[in-house]
Amino acid sequence: MKYKVKESSKKLPDRRTFIQTLGSSCVLLLVPKFLFARENKKGAAWTYSNGYAPSEHYYGMGIDISKCIGCGRCANACKLENDVPREPFFFRTWVERYRIFEDGEVAIDSPNGAADGFKPGSAPEKNLVRNFFVPKICNQCDKPPCVQVCPVGATFKTPDGVVLVDSQYCIGCRYCIQACPYGARYLHPEKRVADKCTFCYHRIVKEKLPACVEVCPTQARIFGELEKKASPLVRFMRMNKISVLKPSLNTEPKVYYANFDMEVR
Amino acid sequence: MPILKEVSGYIYPNEIELHWGILIVVYPYLTGLVAGAFILASLVKIFNVREVQATYRMALLTALAFLIVSPLPLLTHLGHPEKSFEIFLTPNTKSAMAMFGFVYAWYLMAVLLLEIWFDYRRDIILWEKKESGIKKWFHKLITLFSSDASEQSLTFDRKAIKLITIIGIPSAFLLHGYVGFIFGSIKANPWWSSVLMPIVFLFSAIVSGIALVLLIYMVVTPMRGKEIDMACLNKLASYLFYVMIIDFSLEALDFIHRIYESEESIHILSELVMGKLFVSLIVIQLLIGMIVPLLAIAGVKLFKAPDELRKQVYFLSALLVQVGIFSTRWNVVIGGQLFSKSFSGLTAYKMTFLGLEGLLMSLFLLLLPFIILYVLFRVLPPWEEMREAQ
Ligand code: SF4
Ligand code: SF4
Repeated sequence: MKYKVKESSKKLPDRRTFIQTLGSSCVLLLVPKFLFARENKKGAAWTYSNGYAPSEHYYGMGIDISKCIGCGRCANACKLENDVPREPFFFRTWVERYRIFEDGEVAIDSPNGAADGFKPGSAPEKNLVRNFFVPKICNQCDKPPCVQVCPVGATFKTPDGVVLVDSQYCIGCRYCIQACPYGARYLHPEKRVADKCTFCYHRIVKEKLPACVEVCPTQARIFGELEKKASPLVRFMRMNKISVLKPSLNTEPKVYYANFDMEVR
Repeated sequence: MPILKEVSGYIYPNEIELHWGILIVVYPYLTGLVAGAFILASLVKIFNVREVQATYRMALLTALAFLIVSPLPLLTHLGHPEKSFEIFLTPNTKSAMAMFGFVYAWYLMAVLLLEIWFDYRRDIILWEKKESGIKKWFHKLITLFSSDASEQSLTFDRKAIKLITIIGIPSAFLLHGYVGFIFGSIKANPWWSSVLMPIVFLFSAIVSGIALVLLIYMVVTPMRGKEIDMACLNKLASYLFYVMIIDFSLEALDFIHRIYESEESIHILSELVMGKLFVSLIVIQLLIGMIVPLLAIAGVKLFKAPDELRKQVYFLSALLVQVGIFSTRWNVVIGGQLFSKSFSGLTAYKMTFLGLEGLLMSLFLLLLPFIILYVLFRVLPPWEEMREAQ
């Protein structure tokens, strides 16, 4: 059976036009990126109204494991300072306890991130060889995998070396949480955006210390400049044998541990 | 906190709850079906396999129906879905996930819709002539008011389809390979981080896509009062069988490679596999989803079983394959989050029933493509007898 079909008056596009149209439509897809591109935060040379210029600083933190007594004040102060939910499973900083027994067994725990301090715990049946505390925090990696994976660029690195999350931008996809090898990030249950330690950025731009550093009774945490020779942090790093967490991942952490034990993970 | 009872060993405090739940399992599963169905359709087109011609259009529409739904689980899972357009406006080009929108849009617009449009154009023009009312106008609309069915224009259509198919196959590979890349590129997670991940994802996608088209063919044909074409079915089952062999070898290779190269994470991974993932990985994914269907299909082929038995075996095998591939996705996504990145503890996944990220939502999202497919079958019947004579 044959149907009669009206001859179209329009000429059909030839193959070339077709491919051209196809190509240009694909390019058009990229237009919004250029139209709406916002200011690139990296390397911007801005100054705060109080005269603080991020590009003149480069921060890191030193942690002396032998000095930490596991009181957990840091974890507490951090929650207060940074509006971190009180309930468990949300931490910008926490403290782990390592107990190493005679038979080589390692027991690690961090009840409620140590926000209530450590209870002495039931008397261990086995003989304890070593017992120490390890404060953990976002390592403010120099090559942060969390920044690499964020689809919208909400996680970014400031000129002073701090990794921040822009909550206006964050879409809450949690890709960064998966990419951080240190468990340093969580999804804020109310704001529904990724959150983590900022080195108390709001404080350090006013030349104050991060809350956890300020409250630490034994000065196990040392905050400061990495690139100024006279800084206490540089001195701390010179005087101690320094380790970082998971060096094989090449994230180049800027939190430096002294008196580190190979059991720490 | 009841979940704490299920935690064993030491896990970082922020890791107790899983960050990616069942929706992120559904997402690669749906996307895989899209890629798989499309690749099947393309094979039919490129190699001109006569037996499976009947499933060509069906596979295209299946791919479309699933593609429409596939971004929804991602979107629902976001903490701020209303900001998701930022992925288009200010994508971070270094992020694998940021490519989602572009890969998706490319695949939807440049490949699938165009191919379907060119394939159906002539038929719709002819249908529309005989129709009246809304249907006529609807068909007019989707031909974009083109009414040229001359030989010259049909030749152009055919050429366009060929070109799109050639672009389409690598695009389908890209679509699913890229989903695998989202996981495979997470260096911090030894369960995910593997260069084989995109390829394994891809082949399991093809497996699931072929199995799905087979299932749909077997369900829809009797519903239309037609006979199932055994030659077509046999061919589909053979395709399924061979791709499963490849998929199986790849997964085995990946597994052996992990063990051979084992690093500090191997203890926790073996604890994971032998413990929390034993049922879903060894029993469901491997045994029920892979080995049983492989043996069953091989069996009926080897012993030249009668058609009735074959049909039953094919149908059941294809169903088991779906279950198997779904648990593949489950084991990757959920499995990869059950162990702590401290490598010294395991947590548990508590699925909710209600809520945006719960089971009910996932079931809905798994059902939705079939509803869309039903509508598509209505407006663009893919059946051979609906093709107007040349
Ligand atoms: S420790 Fe984690 S969150 Fe912090 S910068 Fe590194 S990868 Fe990002
Ligand atoms: S959760 Fe937010 S900060 Fe993290 S990757 Fe997604 S958008 Fe970026």
